[in-house]
Formats: sequence, structure tokens, C-alpha cells
Amino acid sequence: MSAPLLEVSGLTKRFGGLVAVKGIGLEIRPGEILGLIGPNGSGKSTVMKLIMGIERPNAGMVKVEGVDVAGWPSHRIARQGVGIVFQHSRPLHRQTVLENIKLALLPDSLIRLFADPEVESKAIAIAERVGLGAVLHRRPATLPFADLRRMELAKAVARDPKIVLVDEPFAGLTSGEVHDFSNLIRSFREEGRAVLLVDHNVKSVSALVDRVKAMYLGEHIAEGTAEEVMRDETVRRVYLGGAITTAARPEASFKDAEPLLKVEDVGVLYGKAQALEKVSIHVHEGEFVSVVGLNGAGKTTLFNAISGLVPYSGTIGWGGTALAGRTPAAIARDGIVQCPETRELFGDMSVRENLDLGGQHLSKAERLERTEWLFELFPIIKARQPQAAKTLSGGEQQMLAIARALMMKPRLLILDEPTLGLAPVILEQLSKALEKLRQTTSITVLLGEQNVTFALPHADRVYVLEHARIIWEGDPGRFAKEAGAGLL
Amino acid sequence: MIGRLFSARLTWVALAILVIGATLPLYVTGYILGILTLAYYFGVFAMAWDLLFGFAGEVNFGPTFLVGLGAYTAGIINANWGWPMAACVLAGALMAVGGGVLLALPALKLKGPYFGLVTLVAVLLLQNFIVIFAGITGGEIGLTVPDVLFIDDAANYEFALGFMALSGAILFGLSRSPIGLILQASGQDAVETAALGFNVAKHKLAAFCVSAFFSGTAGALMIFYLGTASVGTVVDIAVGVQVIIAAVLGGRRTILGAAVGAIFLILAGEALRPLGELSTFVVSAVALAVILFFPNGFIGSLLRVGERS
Ligand SMILES: Nc1ncnc2c1ncn2[C@@H]1O[C@H](COP(=O)(O)OP(=O)(O)OP(=O)(O)O)[C@@H](O)[C@H]1O
Ligand SMILES: [Mg+2]
Repeated sequence: MSAPLLEVSGLTKRFGGLVAVKGIGLEIRPGEILGLIGPNGSGKSTVMKLIMGIERPNAGMVKVEGVDVAGWPSHRIARQGVGIVFQHSRPLHRQTVLENIKLALLPDSLIRLFADPEVESKAIAIAERVGLGAVLHRRPATLPFADLRRMELAKAVARDPKIVLVDEPFAGLTSGEVHDFSNLIRSFREEGRAVLLVDHNVKSVSALVDRVKAMYLGEHIAEGTAEEVMRDETVRRVYLGGAITTAARPEASFKDAEPLLKVEDVGVLYGKAQALEKVSIHVHEGEFVSVVGLNGAGKTTLFNAISGLVPYSGTIGWGGTALAGRTPAAIARDGIVQCPETRELFGDMSVRENLDLGGQHLSKAERLERTEWLFELFPIIKARQPQAAKTLSGGEQQMLAIARALMMKPRLLILDEPTLGLAPVILEQLSKALEKLRQTTSITVLLGEQNVTFALPHADRVYVLEHARIIWEGDPGRFAKEAGAGLL
Repeated sequence: MIGRLFSARLTWVALAILVIGATLPLYVTGYILGILTLAYYFGVFAMAWDLLFGFAGEVNFGPTFLVGLGAYTAGIINANWGWPMAACVLAGALMAVGGGVLLALPALKLKGPYFGLVTLVAVLLLQNFIVIFAGITGGEIGLTVPDVLFIDDAANYEFALGFMALSGAILFGLSRSPIGLILQASGQDAVETAALGFNVAKHKLAAFCVSAFFSGTAGALMIFYLGTASVGTVVDIAVGVQVIIAAVLGGRRTILGAAVGAIFLILAGEALRPLGELSTFVVSAVALAVILFFPNGFIGSLLRVGERS
């Protein structure tokens, strides 16, 4: 067996009173993929940032090919052969895709006024390898989500790192894209790189990795082959949780003759691109409806049209009156609250302030009561109250966004990809919360998801959106048989 | 090689404008030449500022700190010790670079608006220093320098034009080089840039030095053209604001736009002089309108169109 490329021991990081990482150790050999799993906020991203030198460890050792780099600035660690794919894409927005990749190929020199001629051809080759060949000259803001993630991978491999840290590459991707990304990561193994992989997509991680390490509250809880770790009692309890089961209610059971929300023949154009075409859906008061579709199918556009954020043709009726011409603020006051995919949190404000902002229009007593209820739903949010929202872990941010939307006491809650980046156990909690909402309140929910395993159990009815059109409507029971291909 | 930095068409257009500019003394009055001469030095201030703000992303509200350091250092040495002009200009430029390094230290620690505040304070400190040490600085009255660049208007004009063209070519080339890309990346996302293996501090420090060098040199040359240095022309915060407006008006992140904006601003101010007090108001209103409705500025809108296609 060859010597480990990456050797970490006793790694510890404190943020004020919170110990985010506690004495973590791990080893990765060349050509080996180590999966790192754990619930949201367990410290996985922090471990990666400590290895990369973005955060300074309070204690511990990080050896890259035998050299202890703990505490070095991150550009030196990068040059020692470590590369990272961040959990959230960080493209340079003013530069094209090609320029973004080229940047990664440049030397760290102040006197090289001219790039080597091969930089351009190398950048193109890398872009093609990750599947960006067709969008070289586009700007990141115009790219679909998956392409942004591809670009992050491209930048990381451009540096030809010996050790690659990949944080949640599969989050928000369709099963086809997950397959592509898995293959790319597998090719890192063939090239003899050491890979540290974090993701909540347990199935894809298990299929890819050589070993898995599980963390909880900053500490190591299990390590071994994927099967061993997934069978571990603690891992099951704190991370995997149980299966999600609920039952759909037939449409006829909703008594309102006129649906609460009625979207008719809605079309949206972005420049020349047709983002929605003759889309009609309806949602009854108290009903849970899921709109499923791949990335770029038009889910977010549909929700934005309902919230009054984009101009559209056709009509959208709400409780019998047309919404056209109303401002987004007026629509929100009327009870339509969207929890966007992009979360839109106030990063510099504390968790509590973000929540209170959502409850602005409630009386004090009501606000407190609602906050208590939400804390019960998301205990981790309670523990993080004074923390600035932007320092929350990815999953914690998602929970806060959902909590803030619920704080506004919506009549119609629109959840756009709520499962993005959530650990299975949190999905289960969210699922239970939705079920409780369904039973105890008259709230109506419109859920946009490509994660069908989450979308189906919670829906009374399902729409499938594909290439800007609704192509199927029915109850979840029939979905697998009639529309599941490509989405399951 | 040069062709890779400067797109062919742009080079030709710039050259054509320069040639036309160089022939101006043949048909315009000395008065106008004088105004343009000032405008050209001003253009260099604005271009140097654009390198820092547009590329390195550093919010420098006090471009006149660097300009003033260069101008006053050169002036004081010339007036008090009588060094030759070239040595004074060099000393001014080096002093400005020192000031740039001094500014870079807080810039690497503080974020946006906080650093902006530091730059404002730096200008005020310099201004106070000049007033307090009136014995060698000339204080509020100003400092008369014995040496002048040229007696002849046309010679002064051509020199300023050449200086601006050279500075512009260097700064523009730098901004389009790999270093410019690394700088932009550092300005946009320092964490990511460092994770890609770039020493962000080193690149930003370099940007500060280059920007300071050109600011200081231009400041020093300008006072040898004017024959006096005064707070009102090279240090006052209002002058700094004009530099910033010029750069934004011409188009941020374009370097060349900054020069265009500066020339426009100075000429417009002059053309409207008959309006008296009102002229500043009109020029400011126009600048505001351009910034609000064409946030990419004059050149920015032109260049960006090309980039997109
Ligand atoms: N700068 C910071 N200041 C304070 N707390 C922080 C900071 N960065 C992270 N934390 C906290 O440290 C804990 C670990 O965060 P980390 O991002 O490593 O979690 P994670 O395991 O990657 O979670 P997820 O799966 O949700 O991405 C979280 O509870 C987070 O709120
Ligand atoms: Mg994370």
C-alpha cells in the first residue's frame, strides 16, 4: 500500500463557543475516494476549509505528502497540491466561462504579462472534459445550475491538484447529471488523485467511494466501507433517519368549487427563450401540489410569475381575482409566500433577526408562539440564534429560509427545491413538519422539486413540467407508472 | 505579442485619436491647450484609480492622497532644496508608492466601506499636515515651485498628451494581461482566488504600488506644469470626487474610459464656465444621469457590446 497523500489528525476548530470540528483525523491514499457524511452543521465543510487553509485550525495537523501545512495561507496550500470545489458555486461573474477556467491555469506571478499560448487550448480541453464545451463564451449568470457546478469542477482540476476536496457536488442535480459528475469524480481516482467527497446523496456517495467517514456535532462517529457505516446504529439515528411515508388525498375531497390558485395559459419569455408555454395548473385550498421537473424545466419561472416577479401572458387567479398588475409586495401580503431556491437570507443579520423579519406583521405574542413552534421544528436553528446567517452551514441556511417563510403565516407556501443540501434525517424532519402542517392547518403548499422521492409522498397531486410545458398531471400513485421515466 | 493585449481595431482607433490630438496645437488657442493639458494629467489620475477600484476592487475614496503625496513631495524638494526636476518627480512617485503601500495594509484587512473610510481619513490627514507645516509646504496659500516643465504651451501640451498615452498603454495592457485577470478575481472573491493558488495580498499590493506610482508621477508633473502646488488643486476631497466621477463616467474597468471621462469632465466644466456657479451643478447633474442610466459609462457600453457578441 502506498503512503497517504493526505493525513489529518487531531483537527479542531472553534467558532466562539461552538466547537465545529473536534479532533478529526483522516487519511487518503492516491487513487482513493473518501466519503465524509454527517447531518447539516456537523462540520464537514469546515473540515474542508481547514485543510484548504481558508479557516485556521485551533489545533491539529494537516499533512500533504508528509509536509504539515496546518495554518499555512490557502494559496500556499493550493500550490502544495490541494484543490477545492466549494459547496456554493463561486464564479467570477464578470468573466466568461473560458476566462474563469483560464484564471485557474495562470501562474501566481507578477511579471508574466503574457499567458503561455497553451493556456487557451488547455482551458478548452478542460471545459470539454467537464461538458462545458458549448458554453465557453457565456457569462456565469446565464448558465443553468449544473453548468455552474461543472465550472467549479473545471477550475479545481485545472490546477491539477493531487488532493481534491469536493463539497456537495450532487446537490440540486438531476439523476442524469449526478451520473456524469460521478464519472468525473471516478476519473480523478484513475488519475491517482486523493479525493475527499461530501454529499447528502447517500446512494451516489456509497456507489462512488472506497471508504466512508461519518461525523456528528464535529466529532467522528464511524468509519469503514459504505455498507458498514450505513448500517451503524448511530449513523442511522443521527443521519439517515427513517423512510418518508404519507398518503395522498383525492382531489374530490377539496370542497372549494373554484380553486384557490388558478394559473391559466401562462407564458413567459426571457428575450427569445420561451421559459414557460401555455402552462395551466390549479391548487385547491389546503391541497399539497408538487411540480416536478428537471433543472431548467421552468419551475422557478412559474413560481416567480405567481409571485409577480416576472411579466407573463395569460392569467393567474388568486381566490377568484386576477393577480396581474399587482406588485410582489402586495401579492406577498395577500398570503402567497415564496421560499426561493436561492434562499435570499440577510447574511449579515443574525438568525433570530432573519426570523423576526419574517414575523414583522404578527403581534408580539403570536410571533413568539410561532417562533417557539419553528424552533421545535428545526432545533438547530434555535441553537444558532445569535449567529450571522451567512456563517451557517449550507443545510442550516436552507432550514432558516423555510422557517422564515413559515413565519410569515402564508396561505399559499411556495417551496422551490427545499431539499437542496439537506441531510436525509432533516428531510425526514421537514417531511414530518409538512405532514403536521397538512393535518393541523389549512395551509396550501406548492412544492417545486426534482427530488421525486421527496416530492411524491407529500403531494396530493403532481404536475410534471418539461421544457416549459406541463406534460402530465395526476396523483402520485400513478406517477411511477406513467411519468417516472427520466425523473426517478 | 502586443496584438494579444490590444485588439487590433482598438489600437488603430486609439492611435488615430492620438495623432489627431497631437496636431491640435496647429489650430486651437493656447488657452484651450492649457485646459487640455490639465485634463490629460487628470486622465492619468482617473486611470490609476480605475486600476485599483475597477480591477482590484478596492474602494478608494481618496485618490488625491496618492496624487497629493507625489505632487507635494516633488514640490517641497524642488522649492526647498532645489533638486533637478526629474529627481523631484521620481522622489514624488516613490513617496506616492510608499503611501500606496501604507494604504494597502488596512485594505488587506478591512472590507469595502471601512477601507473607503480609511482612504478619506488619509486625505484629511495629508491636508492637515500641509496646513500645519506651512513653513515648508506653503500651507493654505500654496507652494510656488521654481522650476517649470516648459514655457511653451504647445510643448507642455504634447508632453502631457504623451505622458497620458504612455500611462494609458501601460495600465491598459496590465489590465488585459493575466495579472489583470488575477486582480479582478482577487477583487471579486479573494477566498476563491487564494484557493486557486494565488497570493491575493501580493497582487493587491502590486496594484496599489502601480496605481500610486502613476498617480504620484502625474501629480508631480502637474505641479511643474502649473508652477504651484495647492491643496485646492491636488489634495482636496472635491478633487478626488471629480477623479472618481470621471472614471465612472467613462466606464469602470475599462482604464481608457477613465481618461475619456476626465477629458469630458474638464472640458464640460470649462465650456459651461459662463454659467458661473451653475456650471458645476450642470456638469454634476449630467454625470449623475450618465451613472444612473448608463452604469457602464461611455466606453464601457461600447466595449461590453463587443465582449458579448
Ligand atoms: N464563521 C463561522 N462562525 C460561526 N459558526 C460557524 C462559522 N462557520 C461555520 N459555523 C458553524 O459550524 C458548524 C459546522 O458548519 P459546516 O459548514 O462545516 O457544516 P456542514 O457539515 O458542512 O453542514 P451542511 O451539510 O449543512 O453543509 C455549523 O453549525 C455552522 O453554523
Ligand atoms: Mg457544508
